[in-house]
Formats: sequence, C-alpha cells, structure tokens
Amino acid sequence: MASIAHELAKKQKEISVSEFFEKNKHILGFDSLTRALITAVKESVDNSLDACEDAGILPEVFVRVKKERNNEYNVVVEDNGPGIVKKQVPNVFGRLLYGSRFHARAQRRGQQGIGVSAVVMYAQITTGKPAKIRSKISDDDVAHQCELVMDTKKNRAQSTKEDFVIWDKEHGTRLEVNLKGKYVQGRQSIFEYLKGVAIVNPHARLTFVPPDGGTIVFERSTEDMPPPTKEVRPHPEGVELGELLTMAKYTEAKKMTSFLNTEFSRISLRVAREVLDHADVPHDQKPSRLTLDQAGAIVDAVHRVRIMAPETDCLSPIGEGLIRKSLKNVLGDLKASFYAPPITREPKVFAGNPFVVEVGIVYGGQLNKEESVQILRFANRVPLMYQQGACATTQAIENVDWRRYGLEQRGGKGIPFGPAIILVHVASTKIPFTSESKEAVANVPEIREEIELALKACARRLKTHLNKAERKSKTRVKFDIVQDIIPMIAQKSAKIVGKPVPDIAGTITKIMNVVWVEDGVTFDKKKHHVSVKLYNYTPKSQRLHVHMVLPYDGVVGKSLSLEPAEVRNGGKVTWDVKRIASTEVFELSFDMKGLDKDEYDENELYVSGIDPASVIGADVLPGDWDLEHVKITEEKPAEADEGAENGEVDYDEGAEVIEDEE
Amino acid sequence: MKSKGRHLRAVDRLTELAEDIYRQIDERKIPKMSIPLRTKSNIRFDRRSGVWKYGRSMGVRSAKKLTGAQMLLRTMYMLEFMEEMIRNNKSSTLREMYYISEGWEKAKFSAQDESNMLAEDLEIITACMREDFKLRPEEDGARVIGNITIQETDRKGKKKRINCRDDVGDSGYGIPYNVEKDKISFVDCDADMMVAIETGGMFDRLVENRFDEEYHAVLVHLKGQPARSTRRFIKRANEEMKLPVCVFVDGDPWSFRIHASLAYGAIKTAHLSEYLATPSAEYIGITASDILNYDLPTDKLSDRDVQALNAEKSDPRFSDQFWKHEIDLMLDINKKAEQQALAKYGLDFVTDTYLPEKLTELGIMK
Ligand SMILES: Nc1ncnc2c1ncn2[C@@H]1O[C@H](COP(=O)(O)OP(=O)(O)OP(=O)(O)O)[C@@H](O)[C@H]1O
Ligand SMILES: [Mg+2]
Repeated sequence: MASIAHELAKKQKEISVSEFFEKNKHILGFDSLTRALITAVKESVDNSLDACEDAGILPEVFVRVKKERNNEYNVVVEDNGPGIVKKQVPNVFGRLLYGSRFHARAQRRGQQGIGVSAVVMYAQITTGKPAKIRSKISDDDVAHQCELVMDTKKNRAQSTKEDFVIWDKEHGTRLEVNLKGKYVQGRQSIFEYLKGVAIVNPHARLTFVPPDGGTIVFERSTEDMPPPTKEVRPHPEGVELGELLTMAKYTEAKKMTSFLNTEFSRISLRVAREVLDHADVPHDQKPSRLTLDQAGAIVDAVHRVRIMAPETDCLSPIGEGLIRKSLKNVLGDLKASFYAPPITREPKVFAGNPFVVEVGIVYGGQLNKEESVQILRFANRVPLMYQQGACATTQAIENVDWRRYGLEQRGGKGIPFGPAIILVHVASTKIPFTSESKEAVANVPEIREEIELALKACARRLKTHLNKAERKSKTRVKFDIVQDIIPMIAQKSAKIVGKPVPDIAGTITKIMNVVWVEDGVTFDKKKHHVSVKLYNYTPKSQRLHVHMVLPYDGVVGKSLSLEPAEVRNGGKVTWDVKRIASTEVFELSFDMKGLDKDEYDENELYVSGIDPASVIGADVLPGDWDLEHVKITEEKPAEADEGAENGEVDYDEGAEVIEDEE
Repeated sequence: MKSKGRHLRAVDRLTELAEDIYRQIDERKIPKMSIPLRTKSNIRFDRRSGVWKYGRSMGVRSAKKLTGAQMLLRTMYMLEFMEEMIRNNKSSTLREMYYISEGWEKAKFSAQDESNMLAEDLEIITACMREDFKLRPEEDGARVIGNITIQETDRKGKKKRINCRDDVGDSGYGIPYNVEKDKISFVDCDADMMVAIETGGMFDRLVENRFDEEYHAVLVHLKGQPARSTRRFIKRANEEMKLPVCVFVDGDPWSFRIHASLAYGAIKTAHLSEYLATPSAEYIGITASDILNYDLPTDKLSDRDVQALNAEKSDPRFSDQFWKHEIDLMLDINKKAEQQALAKYGLDFVTDTYLPEKLTELGIMK
C-alpha cells in the first residue's frame, strides 16, 4: 500500500493537484459530495484521537459542521491534543505523504500520511478558500494561528496571516476548512461515524454541532486511557521477500546473524543461527550480499523454526468489559434486551504484524426483527463506513451459519436477519486495507479466520442466553406450581379433612425433578449484591459446583455466604456446594464494591458435577474453563415421573369447545 | 329426597374429594382428579332412559400442569366455600360465587364461565347437583301459558295453586329456578300438547292469537338455550301429565342444538340428561325443508353457522335420518330462517296454517 501511495505522489509531481484529485478521489474518499464531508470530519477526528493517545491525554473532540451556501460547508474540528509546533504546520496539513506514522509498526489510526493534507487540498480546490489552523503546545502561553495556501504544483503549502492568539486551552489543535459537500443523515453519515467512534473509543468525549442545530454529546464511559501502544520491529513470520531484501540492503548490521537479530522482533542470536542453518546461508555473510534465492530460503526457514509469537503489548484492544459498557452507553436508546459478553481474542499474526479481533453482539428488545442485522465494522478504533461488502469482516459474518445461534439466515449463508447488531473490531500494527481510502479490511486468511472464531464464540454466548431464557420460561410455570399452588392445595385439603398439613416434598420433586437456579444482581449504595439461589427440587440431596466469572477484586470477602473453593486468573471463581437436601434452598450471595452500576449487571453462571439435564437456570461449564482442582462426577438424574402417566387426556385442554349449550 | 339429607350427603362427597387429594400428596404423588370428558365424542345413548349420557372416557386434571394445578386449587377453595354454606344454611347464586372467588388469590376465576364449569365438574364427580351444594342459577324468567294447574310452595312456606291460564297475566307463569317436588307439583292439566318456543316474539304471537286455547296447548318460552329449570319443568310435565312436547324454534344450527339439549341431553350436562331431557319431544321447525316448502325469507349462513352445522354432522345426537337430511339440506341451500319469517304470509299464518299443518304431519294433532 505504501508503494501505491508513493506512486501517487510521483504522479502528482507531473500533474496538477486538481487533476490528481479528479483521478484519485475515489481512493482518497472524496468521490461524492456526501462522502467528502464525512471524510473531512473522519480524517481530522482520527488524527485528533491519535495525537491525544500518543500524548496520554483523555480526548475531548469538538466537531462543528455549518452550511455556508449551497453545497458549501464549513467544518471545524478541535481537540485537546498536544498541539503541533509552528514550523511543522505546513508540512502536516499541506503536504501529501508527510506523516509521523509512515514507517512505524504500531496500532494507529493514521498510517499513510495522506489523510488530513488531502482534506486541506480538497477544500482549497473546491472552494478556493485556505484552511485555518490554530494550535497550542503546553510549553507556550499563546496559540499560533495561520492560513494555509496550497501551491498545487509543488505539493507544498504557504503559511499566511500568521498570528499569535490567546486561547483558553492548555494545548490542542483546531482545523477549519470550507469545502464542497453534502450533509445527510442515515447509516452513512457524520453522526453515525461519530457514534461509531464513541463506541470504540470509550475514553473519548465527543461533541457534535450539526448544520441543523442542536448539540450532541457522546460522554465517555471510562476515564482510563487505553494502555499505550508501542512501535515494534517486524516479526519474521510472514515477512515478504522484497521487504527482506530491502531491509538487508539498508541495514547497519555487518553479519546476517546480527541483521536478523536486530531488525526483527523475537529473533535471538540462537534463533538467527537456526534460521540461517535451515536456509543454508552463512552466519557471517554480509546482509547486503543476500541473493534472491537466499532470501527465499530464509522466508521458508522462518516457518520451520520455533519462533516466539510477536509481542502483543504493542496492541491496544478495547477489551471485553469496555466494549459491552460502551455499547450500552452509546446504543442505550435502542433498548436492546441483551448485550452478549463480547469476545477479545488472543493476538495473532499475519505477515509479521500482530493483530487482535474483538466482537460484540447486541440483541433483541426493540431492535428491528425484520431487517438484516446491523454490522458495525472498526479498524484500529476507526469506524468503517463504506465498502461493507468488500470487507473481510462482512465476509466472515456471511460465512458463519447463524441459524445455529438463533438468527435467521437463508441457507446458512449471507448476512443474517434478526434483531441484532454485530460489532467487529480489528486492531493491528498494520491493518491490511483493500485501498488507500481505508474502508474495508482485506481478506487476509489469518484475519478472516480470527474474525470467524470470534464471531462464533460471541454467538455462542448469545445462543446460551437465548437457550437459557427459553428453558427458563418453560420451567418457570412449574416453578410457580410448586412454589405457590401446591402448598396451598395441601393447606386447603388439610383444612377440609381436618388433618395436619401434609408434607409436599414428594409431590414437588415429582413435578420438578430439577435443581432450579435463580440468580440476580442488584445495585444499591454503591454495591453490587449478587444472589444465586439453588432450589433442590429433586428427590435426593445434591452436591454441585457453581462457577462464575467475576471481577473478583471487587468481591467483599466477608459478604460471601460461602468461601470459594478456587479463584483463578480471569476471575474464574468456583464454589463447592456440598449438600442441598431435597426440597431445600441454598443461597450463594456476596457483595462487590468499586464497580460502576453498568459494569456488572448480569451473572455469567455455570454449574458442574451434576447432570446438566437436571439443572434449570444455569449452563454446564464450558470445555474451555479447564478445571484443575475440582473433580467432577457426573450423576444420572432420576427419571422424571411423567412417562408413566403419558397417554392421559388432559381434562382442561380438550380440543372441543362447548359454547352453545345452557 | 329430604333436603337436609341431600346437603349432608353433598358434604360427605365433597370431603371425600378433598381427602383423595390430601392422600395423594401424603403419598408423595402428583395430585390429580379424573373426570368424564365432557365432549361430544364421549356421549353415549342410554337405551333404558332414552337420553344421551357420558361414556367411559376420562380426562385427568393434574397438578403437573399449570391449569390443572390451578383448577385443583380452585376445587379446594370451592369445596371449602360450599361446606361453609351448607353448615351455615346459606346459599348463593353462581354469579355470587364467581365474585366470592375474587378473594381466592391464585385460585380466583377469570370469568364466570370458569366457575360455572367447575361447579358442573363437581356435580359430575360427586354425583350431586349444584342445588345440593347450595348453588343456584339466577332466575331466568322463562314463562308458561296454558291450561295447566300447579301448586307452588312460596318462600313463606305457603302452598299456592296456580292455573297457568286463568291465574296469570299475559306474560304467563314464571318458572322458578327450583322446580323440584318440594317446590312445585302438578295438580291438573287440560291440554293436548306442550309447545316449547325459542323466541319471545313468537311466544307472544301465539298468545295473542290464542293458540293455547284454540288448540289446547301449553306454551313455554325457552328464552334461547333453556335453563336447567325450564328443561326440568318440561320433562316433569311430560312425564307426570303425559303431555306430548314439541319444540318450535328458528331454523339455524344453534336452534337445532336447543332442541338436542332439550330432547336428547346436553353435552355439557350429560350427567343430568336423565333428569333434564325429554326424549319424546318432537321438532316442529323451522326445518331446512320448511324454508323451501314455505318459501321463507332467509339469511345466508355465516362462517360460524357452517362450522356449527359441520360439527353437528359428527355429533352422535344428530345421527338419525331426519337430522342428517336437514343438516345437509341447510348446508346445501346455504340459508337459514327465523321463526318470525312466517309473518311473510300474515300474522295469523303461523297459527292458522303452519302449526296445524306441521302438528298434523307429526301426528300430534289429529
Ligand atoms: N490534531 C493533530 N494534533 C497533533 N498532530 C497531528 C494532528 N493532526 C495530524 N497530526 C500529525 O500530522 C501527521 C500527518 O497526518 P495525516 O492525517 O496527513 O497522516 P497520518 O494520520 O499519519 O496517516 P493517514 O493518511 O493514514 O491519515 C500525523 O502523522 C501527525 O503526526
Ligand atoms: Mg490521519
């Protein structure tokens, strides 16, 4: 991609900037008036967020779009980032392919050094008006301000009307441009874009003033910055031949061993020698002498040697907890009924670049049941608005058989139907886009597979929820019978016949013959109270294990009604409930402190050590929990009594209705 | 049967029922109750009495299902309530009992039909009648006009003789809800037949035209689907006074059913058929054939009418040649007619022409 960008720049020397735009506007995101306006906002906001994160500042971004006249809009994007030093301003905003990210391998929104300069150019070409820039760095007392006039021949900008002004901001940058565009609402709009930004940047606060008035604020849902991302050297797995040759040519290393060791991540001297041995390349050969064949042999050898996976602390996924919280924060108005616990996969590698995939699903409630699901695509915390069909994300969604997970899908292929929103986020030190406009993730097999796995894992959580809800509502009826009706029948009949109230245990266990699990979370006085009631409606006493996934640090130790038998990393907590006598209830309860109300509002609850068919209200422990200490003994439940009585006609459900007599 | 005795017997039966439920719970079973299915596939013709009664198919009301459990609980409440009434010598109407159930929490009825049905269930299971439980229907005001004399014991205990032609106004004698021997006895009768009439309009027409006097008939107004007391009254008059009974109703599927419940026994209360039905009652009309023969003004059958007719084709009570023919014919012409459609030929046509013709045809009038 970088090479395409270079080519663009080369071409650009020969032709005028306006011609260049005319030829390449689809690639740059200016191919329609509607899209041009969105692109202008998007490129500026992406930069603001990048700059804030680099400087460790919680972003505060202001966006205003004002209609000037027919098809001409005034766009202002202002941030509280670190600011830009005065002499860099013309380069940053006025020069294509000038960026700080170009050779870096780090998870950033900006990758190419085209974004904002293209906006400035487009603005000047379409309206003839220069961009106004104001910036202040924290060392200075005042902000500097200027207007940039592009020299469209030289790919250079002339800074004019320079001035210093007082700005009641400690630091930050403000860009103002006038450009031709068209403001619209709907799926592909500035509003939707900002909404997406808010979802995947829960630490950012966004304010939007649209042309038709009013002010929309997306409040942040966390005060914590995402962990900082790091620049890394390329990982040898997947390094391409040409790239290897170029690197070998320009390296300062003298020998092949030290070349591999210093230019790549995860290659120790020992591993370097092993790779070279496999490739049959002398250890101390000069890197610049590397031949095409040798390079090919090295690329092959890399796969035959055990090399540690690339560093992944350079990536900054949003995280399962925050995705859910943020989805609720931003999409709360849609009144969905279920936010499936999101999935953040372990980082994987493609072409030496680590990447990580995250998926979240919002389901039910007032979401539209009739339409295809809504797909929210993100790459490095940037919403992707266009080219949905070309995106690996969409293709992965289409490839999953959603019918298994409770959504409708014709023939088990294609975009599913149903009341759901699917979020997919791909984060990487280098996102492989299908083009410079950065709208669709390329169909790289490794990435596509990870997306599919994440989708399936999250969909399983959705299905689990749906199953649970369905089973529960079916058995709920029986629960009401044994809880309310049977005790009253026993009482009344005893009263009529003048005998003591009979023991109803036998009757109850015959009707239910399950362990009924009723769980709930309440929030009061800054504390979460979690309660799990286990009603043993089987004829025998029961022993079982209860498992929960908890932010265990928050659990108030002395509030625990039963000490856990095991607490494992990832907050996997196991209790051993030793004995619940037949028809008795055991309540497992505790409080949690220090969490926001929304951070914990549904229990992830499993049971083991008991036949799954005889438990209602909790799922069996999934296989990937991998228990160490807890021994599981499966027991067969006593056969339900129902079989013996089948064939009876239900008196009250007879099909014939007699309505016309007496 | 002595009144005191039947109530005590009812208490015994109700207590047995509660005991059965109690025992099942005590034996760690899921409590249930078996009741004969009150469906048209479970009625059988009883040769001895000439009426339709419940067959042997039983349905089960089990606490395993929500409705079953609810009904069992309601049964317990109802038992308790009935025993209390009997002990305190009170009685209540079916409607009152429905309202009483408001205080029964989970056992409360959601419609009066439900409580009426349960009361019938209990009749079937205990082989008692709801009067034994101190439950009574609302007075429904069915009327009688004709030369028949009855003796009624009024609420003060005084016996009164009433001739249903001479001692009553134009609206006739009102049939009380209790028409048992302790309340009513038949003293004398000078009539050749009893005509049971569906609609008030036709009843009044016959009265105005003095049909009762000219043709020696006792007229009974059914008021639609006849109440138990009306059917019981007709049956007693038929048996005790040897009065032939004929039924004069509209010509539609619902009126066919009125006749069936009066003459053969009702599906819903087949446990009482022997006591309520008059097997010798004859159907005068309106028949589908009448519609054609008299060229009566008609309405088109509604979807519900067609459904009802089709259901009657599999109703064993309608399985004889006459009904098969009439039902098929009605479906065929796709028409129904009201009794009053006879007015097409003038107000006297029904009394001067139609009834004499039909009654002669049936052999009731010579
Ligand atoms: N608001 C800002 N605050 C501070 N620095 C900025 C800001 N906007 C841009 N920059 C700097 O200017 C550089 C050029 O930005 P530009 O958008 O042209 O390219 P990019 O973001 O690196 O890549 P891409 O073409 O993918 O957007 C950025 O790399 C960044 O260093
Ligand atoms: Mg950028």
